[in-house]
Amino acid sequence: MKSLNQIHIDILREIGNIGVGNAISSLSALLNAEMKMTVPEVKFLEFKEVGTILGGDEVLVFGILVQISGDINGMMMFLVKPESARALINSLMGGDSDDIHNFNEMEQSALQEIGNILCSSYLGALSGFINKTAKPTPPVVALDMATAILSVPAIEFGKMADGVLFIDTVIDTPSCASISGFFLLVPDMDSFNIILTSLGVM
Amino acid sequence: MVNKRNMTMVGMADMNLVKDPGALTTLGLGSCVGIALYDPGSKIAALAHCMLPEAAQIQKNSNAAKFVDTAIVQLVKDMEKLGALRRRIVAKLAGGAQMFAFDSSNESLRIGDRNVDAAMRVLKQMGIPVVSSDVRENYGRTVELFAADGSLVIKTIGKGVKTI
Repeated sequence: MKSLNQIHIDILREIGNIGVGNAISSLSALLNAEMKMTVPEVKFLEFKEVGTILGGDEVLVFGILVQISGDINGMMMFLVKPESARALINSLMGGDSDDIHNFNEMEQSALQEIGNILCSSYLGALSGFINKTAKPTPPVVALDMATAILSVPAIEFGKMADGVLFIDTVIDTPSCASISGFFLLVPDMDSFNIILTSLGVM
Repeated sequence: MVNKRNMTMVGMADMNLVKDPGALTTLGLGSCVGIALYDPGSKIAALAHCMLPEAAQIQKNSNAAKFVDTAIVQLVKDMEKLGALRRRIVAKLAGGAQMFAFDSSNESLRIGDRNVDAAMRVLKQMGIPVVSSDVRENYGRTVELFAADGSLVIKTIGKGVKTI
């Protein structure tokens, strides 16, 4: 495989559907709240444009990153804006804060846990679907400018493509405003081939 | 003075150059490295936002601005075409952060360091001195490069603003 083409994008979209669906049901169980998600939308953006997806290169965002190891290796990221992060934290911890500038250590570790659940169940779905192992490491959280956070998965994509694939999803909860977030799944080159082979594409 | 509106934007995996009184900006450098080149004689400034150290290691390498080594070579050529002299060109570096605090030695998470190292190495090979830098650490940076005097302004979230 030389580069990411339309078939690969379609496959990542399909995996995204399965992964996000599973991730949302896990989150819904954790928060004991009914959650609905919109059908994930897949967007492929050139590197120059990556900042626009979150509303600007310098917009403050949380990135929750896990590394993947097993038959499948690579990394995965869940991105949320501070407003959505606050809504998720409030749902988990039962708070009602509306502070979107300061997140204490406990709130950040709550967010880390939410990221853990989302990424693990996403990978669990992928893993079951293709019958290969894909284990996440404990997640790490960073809060900074959107493009700076995105540089980490973008560089991984950069090894095989000239752009970044985003899986955009909106989660609706009855108790709070809708939460919007993005998943980025970046298998390394060998793992990508394993995924394609498992799906009978190659 | 140049205001934000007439600054030339340099995106990720992108590069550009301007003459005085122009200015260049690139937003949200994370693990990518920002390479600023300046010839004080002709007042020509050039800026690249590079993602990976070496083009030869990657198959998808048609965009010279994506890689530290090819971007520097290309920018120097473009500067010379506009009238810059190689022996007068100086460099400043920004970015190359490790955005996530993994304690592993995983190569792909150390990419910020590797980008900075590659920039230092290639500039040295070309005889271009690095006169100042604000690199590595663990936070994002926005930079503005002014062709009038080659000053490089670095802005962060919560870590202040400085000029190098």
